[in-house]
Amino acid sequence: MASSLDIQGVRKCFGKGDKAVEVLKKIDIAVAPGEFLILVGPSGCGKSTLLSIIAGLEEPTEGAIKIAGRNVVGVAPAQRDIAMVFQSYALYPTMSVADNIGFALEMRKVPKPERKKRIDEVAAMLQIEHLLDRRPSQLSGGQRQRVAMGRALARQPQLFLFDEPLSNLDAKLRVEMRAEIKRLHQASGITSVYVTHDQIEAMTLGSRIAVMKGGVLQQLGTPDDIYNRPANTYVATFIGSPTMNLIAGQSMASAQGSTFAIQGADLPLSSAVAHGSQALLGLRPEHIVFNGAAAWRGEVSVVEPTGADTYVVVKTAAGDVTVRTAPQVRVSPGERVGLEIQAAHVNWFDQQSGVRLG
Amino acid sequence: MTAKFSIGRFVLMATLLVGAAFFLAPLYVMVVTSLKDAEETRNGNLLSLPGSLNFSAWGQAWSTACTGVECKGLQPFFWNSVWMAVPAVLISTTWGALNGYVLSLWKFRGSETFFGLLLFGVFMPFQVVLLPMSQVLGWLGLSSSIGGLIFVHCLAGLPSTTLFFRNYYAAVPGELLNAARLDGAGFWQIFLRIIVPMSTPIVMVTLIWQFTQIWNDFLFGVAFSGADSKPITVGLNNLANTSSSVKAYNVDMAAALIAALPTVAVYVLAGRYFVRGLTAGAVKG
Repeated sequence: MASSLDIQGVRKCFGKGDKAVEVLKKIDIAVAPGEFLILVGPSGCGKSTLLSIIAGLEEPTEGAIKIAGRNVVGVAPAQRDIAMVFQSYALYPTMSVADNIGFALEMRKVPKPERKKRIDEVAAMLQIEHLLDRRPSQLSGGQRQRVAMGRALARQPQLFLFDEPLSNLDAKLRVEMRAEIKRLHQASGITSVYVTHDQIEAMTLGSRIAVMKGGVLQQLGTPDDIYNRPANTYVATFIGSPTMNLIAGQSMASAQGSTFAIQGADLPLSSAVAHGSQALLGLRPEHIVFNGAAAWRGEVSVVEPTGADTYVVVKTAAGDVTVRTAPQVRVSPGERVGLEIQAAHVNWFDQQSGVRLG
Repeated sequence: MTAKFSIGRFVLMATLLVGAAFFLAPLYVMVVTSLKDAEETRNGNLLSLPGSLNFSAWGQAWSTACTGVECKGLQPFFWNSVWMAVPAVLISTTWGALNGYVLSLWKFRGSETFFGLLLFGVFMPFQVVLLPMSQVLGWLGLSSSIGGLIFVHCLAGLPSTTLFFRNYYAAVPGELLNAARLDGAGFWQIFLRIIVPMSTPIVMVTLIWQFTQIWNDFLFGVAFSGADSKPITVGLNNLANTSSSVKAYNVDMAAALIAALPTVAVYVLAGRYFVRGLTAGAVKG
């Protein structure tokens, strides 16, 4: 049932002549059958356009979209055997929930008893049997979401597309529905492409993440790759909250080998660049600890307790640094602290281009 | 503060009452005159109430008053109007819905320009097309018939009905259409299964608007009708202008009220749907 998806050399331009805007610049992604691919990026990066192209609602200017090896560019959306869940759910307002779920089957002239059976199956899977006779306007946001997913599931498609389906839900419901979507994917095994601007959804749901910016694919990799080995400063600061600390400095030779000289301190780190060159040091907040004996010193400016962790913003000569500590560690604003770096987790980036080094 | 407030209020209410009185006075005179007999209309005061409720004028207006050569009252004209208005309203509303659907949800190259041109029809004075339309009706073999009147009213109503529906459908979210396309629904299925069921408010608006326009129309009625296809507006005009010796004002008033009754009835029964429909949104959530 699950099929592969190949996005090959897809480009999309809107407008003509000198008013042409290149929204997607040569995207290449290969999705294995059963994978859950996330397209993540800020507004305007082209992720929704790419999803529309996969769905067939838009045509690419160049490139091919292959579903199970067959190029579907030019094929009508309904013929591609895909189902989509929209951000606003797009439920048919004048039809009951049961009719909404069964609409696609009705369009394919599936006989009524078979349709009813499938609708009941899907409703049971999503626990919405008690809602089958209601209209969409009588449902809550979470219920509408489930109906939208039910409508997509009833089709038993080769490919599932999600267009920011959780954006309209409140925080608590979003967490519940996220787990629901993951559970459904594990149960059905259908290849899925999921668009979101929320990096937490990206990390928790995806088997692989494609980070996009300005129509260009910044990095394609597993959540672990993206988080621990970001390809450039954009990916590094986009994924992970609070964002990764980026500190500019220069690699220097020293008695011990190398140090990295930043404003106000010489860090005992060997960077990936030659001695004398500039580089950007990337440090995640959880990879810095407070150590009174450390060389790098600063003053605590803001303390943000979240319950599970505490984020501490420390003003140093090299800029503001965010540190994540356990809630038991007590610091207060104005206190002078020392910052120790866990050398195993540092990232190096080129200062000009932001590209990862080493 | 209290004194100023109530004087302002008093002046406001007084102005409104006087305005209302001016506006309603003709209606009052019409109703009152239609209920008097011939004697009373000559002797009595314009504004006086009738001595007794006398419906003879109404009976005369309906079946025996003279309209030109014939003296059959308004009855035949009333039915001509019905035969003209009902099909014209239904056809122009359906056609407008289809146009609005295409122009707002299936935009094609030049659709905005096309809509702009169509919009001219809303503002164009219909006198402009009288002569060419006569020719066209002649070619089509529809001149001097109710069919011809229906044809003309459909065409004349097209710009406004298209406008109503297009603006209403413009609020339908694009995602809804995309979902339907993905589900395999085509042009007609989307229209009939999804769009039409959610169009009730604007259909009410269009039906009411078109009925009022078509029933009350005089220009096309007098220009394009033949001897036995004149609508009630023309019949009323003929009735009021035909007098033997003495002008029977009570019959004239009754006839005018009969001609106005259907549109007033539509307003009374369905008027609130008109306002509701104009302010309704297409889809919520």
